[in-house]
Amino acid sequence: MINTTQIKKDFPILKTKKDGKPLVFLDNGATTQKPKQVINAITHFYETCNANVHRGIYDISQKATELYDETRELTLKFINAKSINEIIFTRNATESINLVAYTWGDQNISAGDEIIVSQFEHHSNLVPWQVLAAKKKAKLKIIPINSDYTLDFEAYKKLLTKKTKLVAITAMSNTTGTIIPVKKIIEEAHKKNAKVLVDAAQSAAHQKTDVKKLNCDFLAFSAHKMLGPTGVGILYAKESLLNKMPPFLYGGDMIKTVSNQCAKFAEPSQKYEAGSPNVAGVVAFAEAIKYLNKVGLKNIEKHEKELLKYAIEKFSKYPEVKIFAPPLAHASSILTFTLSCTHPHDIAEIFNSENIAIRAGQHCTEPLHNTLKIPASARISFYLYNTKQDVDRAEKALKKCLTIFA
Amino acid sequence: MDLYSEIILDHFKNPKNKRIITCPDAQANEDNPMCGDKIKIEFKLDKKGKVAEIGFDGAGCAISQAATSMLTEKLIGKTPEQIVKMDNDAIYKMLGIEISPGRVKCALLGLSTAKAAAKKLINTHKTHAK
Repeated sequence: MINTTQIKKDFPILKTKKDGKPLVFLDNGATTQKPKQVINAITHFYETCNANVHRGIYDISQKATELYDETRELTLKFINAKSINEIIFTRNATESINLVAYTWGDQNISAGDEIIVSQFEHHSNLVPWQVLAAKKKAKLKIIPINSDYTLDFEAYKKLLTKKTKLVAITAMSNTTGTIIPVKKIIEEAHKKNAKVLVDAAQSAAHQKTDVKKLNCDFLAFSAHKMLGPTGVGILYAKESLLNKMPPFLYGGDMIKTVSNQCAKFAEPSQKYEAGSPNVAGVVAFAEAIKYLNKVGLKNIEKHEKELLKYAIEKFSKYPEVKIFAPPLAHASSILTFTLSCTHPHDIAEIFNSENIAIRAGQHCTEPLHNTLKIPASARISFYLYNTKQDVDRAEKALKKCLTIFA
Repeated sequence: MDLYSEIILDHFKNPKNKRIITCPDAQANEDNPMCGDKIKIEFKLDKKGKVAEIGFDGAGCAISQAATSMLTEKLIGKTPEQIVKMDNDAIYKMLGIEISPGRVKCALLGLSTAKAAAKKLINTHKTHAK
């Protein structure tokens, strides 16, 4: 087990209290808390070397550029990419996915082509493809899920055809926590010459991402879901693809030369990073990666699974509780549930009265909720600083729901 | 816990006017897609044009359902014009609890549904008058 007592000390927000009760943060699927290393890095950057990148001759601009590129190097290693040209910083995973839709998608999807997504997708990996498909008169196909909340892989194989140009799939459901067999999915897609975009927004924080091993064509994730600051997203794309794709946004920093009437564009990754980036955010993101590397994703994974097992044991004792999670072997760090007597909003409200933060609603997966035939759900999502005591407190809040509503 | 006061829980567990109105004069459905709250309100007017019978149906959180239940009792005797003019504070006052920003939509869903029904009725009358 990892040393949560030590880890908790690094997160200032976890020391805050309401009515004497310390904050229990169980909404890590939405965003994670930040360790003081990350918070301090932001302050340190603004206090010592704040300047724009790729522009200045003076010391602090060079320092800022150096730190910015250092994060790119760390990100490359974190996902085992080949070249720093393949790492593009965006605002968030949503923007990373949109970047692909607006550039590669616009260039490569035509009428009659097929795009495949799964029933698990977050709106951010569904809506861009809906819009692209509508614009191009392409067909959007949805991989169904099994009754045990895993992906119907056989159905996926049948959906793949010669017309399939893209498979856009999450590596981990943000609602059921299901781990998706992405590697197998990519192998099948490549047999049909389809490209694959992996939405790793949920998975990157909880399991090792290895783009070489996966052989994915695109991979999107977000810093804030892995201890980093908000406003920093990452897009990985194979360099061979990036070289052929048109730019996404146009303006400063993405050009080689500009005349009155036209411009030549810079090489990747700069070609895809128009305008002043979130320099401080990217610089501080390095500390998040270092923190995760230090604790180790394997250890985090093990710790979360233990918490999940413990929470499922606790919660499934109550007949009013319905849990939407796959078998443990396919599960990660998420426990989504409903209560027969209490609406998810009321559950979250009562948890909040105990200073426990959980998510209530549809978690940006409305089509999945429709498939599960529930209007909304309550979601507990763990991270490295959560403990069994946190689960005990969640159980106490659950009992409070039952006392009030049953 | 203040939010789940006895009166709110009572309206949630034993809602008033949760019934179907046959041949209503006005009807509207609204929902909060983000949280899955759903409300349908229908009512009948008396000869003076005031709400005589009202019914609602719905599913959702305690706040949205209790607020609608309480609201239906308040709407009896009001004209559609008066319903349209009701302000949000009337709901907060009626609930008697502090509503956090995250729950405003839940608290006001019933009122906005009632207003939608009343507006439809007013507009139909206008069209007929022409």
